[in-house]
Amino acid sequence: MPDDSVHNAPTGPGCGRSCNCGRANADADGLIRDPKSNGDGVSRRSFIKTLGASAAVSSLSATSESRANALLGREVPKSAAMLIDGPEPVDVTLNINGKPLAVKVEPATTLLEALRFHLNLTGSKEICDRGACGGCSVIVDGKLVNSCMMLALDAVGAQVTTVEGLARDGKLDPVQESFVRHDGLQCGYCTPGLVMACRALLNDNPKPTLEEIKKGLSGNLCRCGTYTNIFNAALEASGQAPIMDQKMEGA
Amino acid sequence: MNPFAYVQPRTFDEAAAALAEKRFSLPMLKAGGMDVVDHLKEGLIQPDALVNIKRLRSQPDGAPIAEAGGKVRIEATATMAEIAASDVVKRLAPVLGLSVGTAASPQVRNIGTAAGNLLQRPRCWYYRHEQFDCLKKGGSTCYSIEGENKFHAIFGGGPCHIVHPSNLAPALMVCNGVVHIVGSDRKSLPIAQLFHGPDQGIRSEHVLKPGEVITHITCDAAPRSGFYAIKEKQSFDWPLVAASVSLELDGAKIRSARVCAGAVAPIPWDLPKVEEALKGVSVDDDAALRRACDVAGDGAKPMTDNAYKVRLLPVAVRRATLIAAGRKTEVDA
Repeated sequence: MPDDSVHNAPTGPGCGRSCNCGRANADADGLIRDPKSNGDGVSRRSFIKTLGASAAVSSLSATSESRANALLGREVPKSAAMLIDGPEPVDVTLNINGKPLAVKVEPATTLLEALRFHLNLTGSKEICDRGACGGCSVIVDGKLVNSCMMLALDAVGAQVTTVEGLARDGKLDPVQESFVRHDGLQCGYCTPGLVMACRALLNDNPKPTLEEIKKGLSGNLCRCGTYTNIFNAALEASGQAPIMDQKMEGA
Repeated sequence: MNPFAYVQPRTFDEAAAALAEKRFSLPMLKAGGMDVVDHLKEGLIQPDALVNIKRLRSQPDGAPIAEAGGKVRIEATATMAEIAASDVVKRLAPVLGLSVGTAASPQVRNIGTAAGNLLQRPRCWYYRHEQFDCLKKGGSTCYSIEGENKFHAIFGGGPCHIVHPSNLAPALMVCNGVVHIVGSDRKSLPIAQLFHGPDQGIRSEHVLKPGEVITHITCDAAPRSGFYAIKEKQSFDWPLVAASVSLELDGAKIRSARVCAGAVAPIPWDLPKVEEALKGVSVDDDAALRRACDVAGDGAKPMTDNAYKVRLLPVAVRRATLIAAGRKTEVDA
């Protein structure tokens, strides 16, 4: 179930849901900061995390393993009946950012809901909730997808990377760094999705042209209209000179 | 979303059995799930089970797209991105890749499947809105007739006026596509027989019976083929009009043509008059090509807000023809 204690908490730094409760819930970089490692004290996310801490589990249970096998099309004994889950909540393991995380979800739970409400990974944003805006973009088995339109059970057995998984050893991903340098955000709500779209694009195409960047990011909307800076960030993150500013100066 | 069970068949036959058996009252097939999840979120469907075929393959090699005896073979669960990137498709039937390569958004193309694209439900805003009890949902009115019908049909409409939403279907029409199915006596069905107009049943757009599952799709080689869609937005938009064309050429001269339009009718809409008019025309003779393509709008019955489609369709057909012939359109030039 969604953690309503967070949503309804009378005090607290952020709601964590896309609602109208008025509490800020946009992260510029979508990162969960560990107060122990950065010494900045308790971040709003880590504060929230303590309210609805999710259990990290290190090994696959027997049932979730057979479920993963079925999903991956591996050999399952012929005599076994077809696997049927739900409609009650099911225990599954999701591989998120290289870690197996145990979660109990109904089949009607989307991957985005599992990430935000069950695992407290609130970097991926719910904006349109219909796969049209890209705010919830994550990388599943190397492919950029809208987590709001994917069932959590569809992600069992797959490797999921969220915006929280980009930074390594306290160092931001080059895409994140160039977003910071080029001011690739205004309100910041679309930013985690655009960072993921940019990362997925550069994984497939390390030196995209401006046209390819526009195409690769075309599933993500920025209502503030920061596209110029985002394209520049993508160019720089792929080791290319930002050109949009120069073009505009000459215009 | 209403609660539902999640069924994981290991083969397409098991999927067909899960749909046919009486264990569930309203089981639904799900592959990529884009349209199914959308329907669930809008409250348009309340299945008690989803039968997940997302990762199933009909062939043991698991290749999403393959060449088989000079034909193209596409798994039902191949994604749009896989079809668009396939070298087999680019070489043997480029129209297929072009048709899905710019559909929706990169994220959707990574999830949406070939069969899902064919069987997705229409985008009509009255159908998609829970509050409109339209003909398609068992009501007694098609709201588009007196309502807003800018994106509706100019051919074959009535009593319901949807346009078929698939980009892949018209592309397969010009390559003699065939869908292969299990869970039925019939093993395959030409794409030309897969869809039916609203006059032959309003509640669905295709002839598959409950329990019939598409496993894969095959089509003839059509190396000289092209697709062109005219849209309002370049990303995440459905075409206003679209055209798929396959040509046989003698040099620059068209020996024969197959032309099928999308987004203009409740089914992929063949344009035999254009096919006839294109015979003998040189693709490099702009005036003759325009004359031949201008008949694309003949016989159209536009509604109050969509007569513009009658003018746009010849443009899409001509540009698709140029692309099929390996020429540049005036937009690229």
